[in-house]
Amino acid sequence: MDILLQIIVTGLATGGLYGLIALGFVLIYKATSVLNLAMGEFMTLGAFVCFTALTQIKAPFYLALILTLASAVVLGIIVERLILRPLIGEPVISVIMVTIGLGVILKGVMYMIWTPSFRNFPQIFPPEPLNLNFAVVPSGLWWGFVFAIIGTIIFLLIFKFSRTGVAMRATANDQQAALSMGISVRWVFALAWCFGAMASVIGGIVIGNISGISVYMGDIGLKVLAVIILGGLDSIGGAILGGFIIAILENLTGLYIDPLIGGGAKDVAPFLILVLIIMIRPYGLFGKEIIERV
Amino acid sequence: MRCGDFKGTYIKDEEIFQSLFVKFCLGMFMLFLLVFPFAADAYMLYIANMIGFAVIGAVGLNLLTGFTGQISLGHAAFVGVGAYTSAILVTRLGFSFWLSIPFAGLVAALAGMIIGIPSLRVKGLYLCIATLAAQFIFEFIFIHWESMTKGITGINIPHPRIGSLEFITEKEFYWITLFFVVLGVGYARNLVRSRMGRAFVAIRDRDLSAEIIGINLFRYKLSAFAISSFYAGVAGALWVTFLKVVTPDHFPFILSIQYLAMIIVGGLGSVLGSIFGAVFITLTPELLNYLSEIVKMYAPGHEEIFVPMKEVIFGLLIVLFLIFEPRGLAEIWNRIKNFFRLWPFSY
Repeated sequence: MDILLQIIVTGLATGGLYGLIALGFVLIYKATSVLNLAMGEFMTLGAFVCFTALTQIKAPFYLALILTLASAVVLGIIVERLILRPLIGEPVISVIMVTIGLGVILKGVMYMIWTPSFRNFPQIFPPEPLNLNFAVVPSGLWWGFVFAIIGTIIFLLIFKFSRTGVAMRATANDQQAALSMGISVRWVFALAWCFGAMASVIGGIVIGNISGISVYMGDIGLKVLAVIILGGLDSIGGAILGGFIIAILENLTGLYIDPLIGGGAKDVAPFLILVLIIMIRPYGLFGKEIIERV
Repeated sequence: MRCGDFKGTYIKDEEIFQSLFVKFCLGMFMLFLLVFPFAADAYMLYIANMIGFAVIGAVGLNLLTGFTGQISLGHAAFVGVGAYTSAILVTRLGFSFWLSIPFAGLVAALAGMIIGIPSLRVKGLYLCIATLAAQFIFEFIFIHWESMTKGITGINIPHPRIGSLEFITEKEFYWITLFFVVLGVGYARNLVRSRMGRAFVAIRDRDLSAEIIGINLFRYKLSAFAISSFYAGVAGALWVTFLKVVTPDHFPFILSIQYLAMIIVGGLGSVLGSIFGAVFITLTPELLNYLSEIVKMYAPGHEEIFVPMKEVIFGLLIVLFLIFEPRGLAEIWNRIKNFFRLWPFSY
């Protein structure tokens, strides 16, 4: 029983993190209808920028965080302007492949700059684990959860109440109507990419802090696909709830199935769940069902 | 004097060899392929074989993605299924290599049909993600179904033979590869101008409209998946027999992306394009290797830059082609051809 509780608590903490990265996917998808498969590389880049700021120029953490977020904004704008805008209106395969290509480029560039060696993140959170009596949450995971939740809440508030957020929601709803109401759709697209990149770099910093950073840590970005498919591609609430569900299921598989087949089930579980959801309910828990007419 | 490309009948329009000149060129090219192994060294033959496997896989993927419009991010998984089927049949059940090839194709086709099932319900982005998931699930199976695949240690495969004739070196294997490439390309080129090929294109352009004019989506989408995976399976079986060993590392996600890159760079919806793309994507890293050798000679210590450079250039190729020439090398080839055909009076 204890171990089950422990697994669920760990799952919840991981879930917050998945939710944050999923939010990055959803923010971009909702506004621009692009599924950004380079999200994992965005994350890695964020982690590396923060790492370099902390170790090379010995910046305090809050400064490194601001620097990382600023780099995410720059990255978002460049990517949107140079790569995605020429492809507006192109078929899905072009858009998907261009983000994959972008991911490959980013990975190569990071390899050039930071070499492929594995590094430990400097200690930025207090090392004491959180003791809940019935379960213990490791420090990295706990602080990661806190960060993820704060990040998520800030994004949600911006989306719900600020002028920009309303403009973004309007664009997501109907681009032409938004245009005719005087909203600059181009600006919203750029903004969506910035927000998406920011969400993913925060995720990158937290994951880097938990398990160390290397050029290859971006693979977790693909796992998060299961989260957004479960929650519905265009649902922010779904992304967060999906994060918790997938993380807990993943941890449970690790606990119960792994011993039966000799390990590895934990990594493949999200993808199995993903296929199941697509077969049964492709638009996810809260996604908008698309009705197509000829 | 000709001032345009005019055709009087539909049959004329559907012809594979549209002019005597094309026939002549193709004949010369075939002759070149036949003479090539006698002039080339082992390294060039190795590359030629690799290009051959890539061509088979890319043609298969183009039938699915370029012609039918069903995006697959899991092509490497089917290549893997074919490779393992062949390896297991040859080493455990004592099949001959030749018999194992069609079986590899069939098992891969079956796997492809299973993965293709979601395509009946979802499309575009969702299908893309489903096939991506398939890629990781198959990778997991290759690693963890140890009783069959021997996990990460892999399976050693004996070289193929006919009677006392053995195919060991690159040069000998070249003939096998060439045979299957010609067969595969010929079949694909004929398939796309048949009833089935037209159905594929109709599904790509608008699947609902296709269904309304009487195309059975269930049948044709699954056939597209099956045929495409059959090609992938054959390519995989040939490839690992050539390498003499199969391990799960041979079929990573990046291989699926490479196949997609081939058909994008070459040209979606063009058999010729898949060949161009396969040649291009296979040769680019080799060219970079060559460059890195030169750099090593003149400026030692700087050659490590070429390892990540390969990835960057590979990514750049995908992105730049998508933005500037979405119809790929096949379109560039057509433009050049038309320029000369109508030269100097093109209207």
